[in-house]
Amino acid sequence: MTALLDIRGLKAEIDGRQILNGLDLTVNRGEIHAIMGPNGAGKSTLSYVLSGKPGYEITGGEVSFNGEDLLAMDPDERAAKGLFLAFQYPLEIPGVATLTFLRTALNAQRKKRGEEELSSPDVLKRVRELAKQLSIDPEMLKRPLNVGFSGGEKKRNETLQMALLEPKLCVLDETDSGLDIDALRIVADGVNRLRAADRGMIVITHYQRLLDYIVPDVVHVLSAGRIVKTGGKELALELEATGYAQYQSEAA
Amino acid sequence: MNAEIRPVKTAAEIGFADLFAAARESLPGGGNVKAVRCDAFDRFAAQGLPHSRVEAWKYTDLRRMVRDAKPLAPRPDTAAKAATRKAAAGFAGLDFRRLLIVDGAFVPELSDLADLEPGVSIRATADALGLDDAPLWLEAGMAGDDPAAALNTAFAADGVIIAVDPNVVVARPIHLAFVTTADTPSAMFTRSSLALGAGAAITLVETHEGPDQSDYQVNAALRMNVGERARLDHVKVTSEGSAAMHIATLLAEIGANATYREFGFTTGGAVVRNQLFLKLAGEGTIANVHQASLLAGRQHADTTLTVDHAAPGSQSREVFKAVVDDEARAVFQGRITVQPGAQQTDARMMARALLLSDEAVANCKPELEIFADDVQCGHGTTTGALDDQLKFYLMARGIPEKEAEALLIQAFVGEVIDALARDDLREALTQTMLNWLRGRD
Ligand SMILES: Nc1ncnc2c1ncn2[C@@H]1O[C@H](COP(=O)(O)OP(=O)(O)OP(=O)(O)O)[C@@H](O)[C@H]1O
Ligand SMILES: [Mg+2]
Repeated sequence: MTALLDIRGLKAEIDGRQILNGLDLTVNRGEIHAIMGPNGAGKSTLSYVLSGKPGYEITGGEVSFNGEDLLAMDPDERAAKGLFLAFQYPLEIPGVATLTFLRTALNAQRKKRGEEELSSPDVLKRVRELAKQLSIDPEMLKRPLNVGFSGGEKKRNETLQMALLEPKLCVLDETDSGLDIDALRIVADGVNRLRAADRGMIVITHYQRLLDYIVPDVVHVLSAGRIVKTGGKELALELEATGYAQYQSEAA
Repeated sequence: MNAEIRPVKTAAEIGFADLFAAARESLPGGGNVKAVRCDAFDRFAAQGLPHSRVEAWKYTDLRRMVRDAKPLAPRPDTAAKAATRKAAAGFAGLDFRRLLIVDGAFVPELSDLADLEPGVSIRATADALGLDDAPLWLEAGMAGDDPAAALNTAFAADGVIIAVDPNVVVARPIHLAFVTTADTPSAMFTRSSLALGAGAAITLVETHEGPDQSDYQVNAALRMNVGERARLDHVKVTSEGSAAMHIATLLAEIGANATYREFGFTTGGAVVRNQLFLKLAGEGTIANVHQASLLAGRQHADTTLTVDHAAPGSQSREVFKAVVDDEARAVFQGRITVQPGAQQTDARMMARALLLSDEAVANCKPELEIFADDVQCGHGTTTGALDDQLKFYLMARGIPEKEAEALLIQAFVGEVIDALARDDLREALTQTMLNWLRGRD
């Protein structure tokens, strides 16, 4: 069976600056991969390139998602095929009610997959359940998307979107940052509920603590645009103690 | 020495003079009315069509845009009346009192005049022009020397005159549905008015439409007198045919402690000029103006607004939004004037344009003219493209590009539509917006 995600020798640049330098990564169904690494290493860049953000030029390598050429797809197509990125910095969209946004996204994906669209009440019901699980005030769903939400509320909202859209591959870019201790647990529980045999996850984080809640199968160190070290969950503990100094010099 | 240079008259200006000479005997009204018309035409002729060096018309150069004077539209015949059956479809389901103006002529037999509320009167302008007070009514304050308003006074043949007695609250909105049926070049000049007594209230909806490709010109003028403590909601939807020129003048005089909410929505017409002259004449008056234009192709839509705070303690808010695609152009000129003594004026004006193509243009020119010292006034403008980051965020959730753009455009226009007090109107205008968005792909 093909891997869920297979990245080979990926090179990408933005504004003429090379950020990803031949990155290899394979994620199988059912696996959780953690990616750690110093600031500016290219972790968010990887997540953006995977989700198809404009502005990046792919200068080498390939990415297959469920055996298909991911890089040839538009961002919406990637999402409909089951790729989800929880943004490190979720955006505020004034004038678009959160619920409208959720319904539009869910039905756009279903439509593209040839599934029947859900009625507004059905979507509302599903969203309400998830909001409850994630301790999101239902009143917030009426507000414009992320506008005036606190940092933690935005991250919870990302988690809600992920749970609603039920992707095949979840990429969480520092979903733990900005969360208080209780919220961290709530969000981690939400993510763990999504663990499934046919679903893979990439969890980008700086903190070992998240990995106490969301226990990874594999931990990678990303430095200077490449995966420079791969290990088990104990690698995260090691990094906590040693920092990235050795990997940075290695990459340079 | 008088150095004023009289430019050579354009073909259109000569055409208007010929048209007036031919029509003035047959236009409705007695000798006094004719005198008013002749004066007005002289005012027009002295200036000619406005052009880009006339400040108020800076971006809408009629000398260039008006090539000829079109023949006056004949009063609608049976076929024309029949052609209006589907008029104002977007408002068809609403229980408004619909008054139909076809090719510039008020058609009572197609209008809903049944069970008129006590204290409300409706009559045809053509009839009223025969009455003794007609000259005064026709002349009253028509925007000074404005050439478009002067032309309207010269040629106005029909329209609707509505009066609401003091303290009469009219629950059912009145809908003036202006429909052009002509498929040959033609011009329509209408004059309408609404007098709202002290403490009265009404919603007046005005829609303008006509066939695509038809080469017609509409010059519509509407005068409002809003009495003390009265409440008026005026909603104007301009969705003329694709080749039409639409020039509208709105004059409103608003009394003390009255509330006036003006809402404008423009999607149709090759050239549209909506000029609004609001005078907040009494103390404690509130006036809000919300306007949106959705333009594509080579459309040109100009909103020129003056808000005159003439008494203390009045408040006004002006929000103008334009969505401009292709090679279209949106113009907003807004001037807030605070007269000496109009202390505690609170006025804010905002103009925002969203450009959807590299060739799209927006000209925004807000101005403040303040002659009092204890006031709060401000204005701002922004012009920009759709935010790519926001678009990506939506697309990353599976929303296709066009739909993502549509959501962002809706969000942009939404602020204006949300200003409508009535749910049914909000829904109707939202639908109009969605139809426009659907037309994009
Ligand atoms: N538009 C751009 N032009 C040039 N360089 C850019 C641009 N955008 C990002 N970069 C650079 O790319 C590098 C990688 O950034 P990225 O956001 O992927 O890092 P990261 O690993 O996610 O860091 P962090 O841990 O701080 O989130 C950084 O050095 C950043 O400055
Ligand atoms: Mg990052």
